[in-house]
Amino acid sequence: MVEAPPEEPRELNAEDAVRLELVSRTFRTKRGPIQALAGMSLHASPREVVAVVGPSGCGKTTLLELICGLQSPDSGTVRSAPAALMPQRDLLLPWLSAIDNAGLALRARGASREQARQAAAPWLERFGLERFERTRPAELSGGMRQRVSFLRTLLAGKPVLALDEPFAALDAITRQDMQGWLARVLESEPRTVILITHDVEEAVVLADRVVVMSPRPGHAIGEIDIHMPRPRKRTDPAVVELRERALAALGAES
Amino acid sequence: MRRVWRGIPAAILLLALIGAWELYVDLKGSTFSLILPPPHQVAKALYTDRSLLWSSFLVTAQEVLLGILVATALGAVLSVAIHFSPTLRRATYPLMVASQAVPVAVFAPALAFWLGFGILPKLVVVAVVSFFSIVVATTAGLAAVDPDLIKLMRTFDASRMRTFWHVELPSALPSVFTGAKIAVAVSVIGAVFAEYTGSNSGLGYVILVSQPQLLAARGVAATVILCVFAIALFGLLGLGERLALPWAYRPRGEIAT
Repeated sequence: MVEAPPEEPRELNAEDAVRLELVSRTFRTKRGPIQALAGMSLHASPREVVAVVGPSGCGKTTLLELICGLQSPDSGTVRSAPAALMPQRDLLLPWLSAIDNAGLALRARGASREQARQAAAPWLERFGLERFERTRPAELSGGMRQRVSFLRTLLAGKPVLALDEPFAALDAITRQDMQGWLARVLESEPRTVILITHDVEEAVVLADRVVVMSPRPGHAIGEIDIHMPRPRKRTDPAVVELRERALAALGAES
Repeated sequence: MRRVWRGIPAAILLLALIGAWELYVDLKGSTFSLILPPPHQVAKALYTDRSLLWSSFLVTAQEVLLGILVATALGAVLSVAIHFSPTLRRATYPLMVASQAVPVAVFAPALAFWLGFGILPKLVVVAVVSFFSIVVATTAGLAAVDPDLIKLMRTFDASRMRTFWHVELPSALPSVFTGAKIAVAVSVIGAVFAEYTGSNSGLGYVILVSQPQLLAARGVAATVILCVFAIALFGLLGLGERLALPWAYRPRGEIAT
């Protein structure tokens, strides 16, 4: 079992796992400053799955890095329980087997190879990867790599999971499989999840709440609560309707 | 079978060049062949002088192999130190670049004075000339680690040392091989020049003394062996890389590994 540490740190009250208030962030580049976020607010309750959708380049990745403590805001406040990142590309280490990749976060904190493997092995079995324990990433399929990558983030043992477009690089069929898979995993292993995606359908199928962001400089322009039992079918009229609402909030023609 | 077919263009080109060389020397006449011996004389020298060439080859090969080994070990250590200290990089890079421009002949006599006429001064020369490419390739490899991986390790609360140990060092290992492969050619030249100044054995010594003895074909034969040795060493390093780091190997044509 992965023990999530108690969800209390960094001046958060009991209802919040993540709370960003009026956060702004500007990057200096050679072609002048680029404002990624302007007045962005976001919150997530413990064990809530919040999807953030927005057009390309609206500062979604910056948002996750703020939550993970990899950056600091120029103004506004960021408070979050400890968060582990699942990057957009799987970024598995090519020289490590699946099991050693999955246990990387444990080794990062000083566990021995054996300890990390013992912790990871039951999870690989749960994720249907037990036959691939000793397989290197190059020989795994895209879906398997994302599962190993997700497991690596999960085994970091943080209460908040920051998922950056986790399935964007997969083909359509594998992506649907993986979305169903993630929904089942979160059912049995609930965490606070901030899910960045550009796929509105993915957001509606997986999340408790969808936050819609504006083009750069990004800020929240809409929020859709999704009170629907899981698993959700993407053909369900209610899902279709919510998807249309989210697309309308994004300003897309439906 | 396919590998054999892929070698055919190189073989045809080589044969054409050798043929042109033979023809050119024949047209120039027999005096010229004392300066540039035709291929058939070189082939003859390879055969008749085989025991001298073989024992000389063993001397030079030892110098080159040990020299590259020393340079790789020291180069890897310095690269890691440079990776952690930009100040050290700024301090050492100009000197390393300068060391590449210094002709071996300038400091070889001093080396012979300090270290004698044995293998030691040759090792130093080979190590100095190959050091640079190994350090440049390795530091580049260490610096080229995906910044997103470093960020990922930070969200896993990894210390600087653990990030280095688990992520940066393994990703840079293929670059060490790349540096050693680039070093092969210069290290062979380095060994030859080191033998020019202060030795009585090795292929460089054979080349040096064959000219005044009017045995030009023997000198060229020694050169041919050096060339084949460089190719073999390059291929050997490629093979070693494939065995040691199978995850990093992507087929990329034959010799251009």
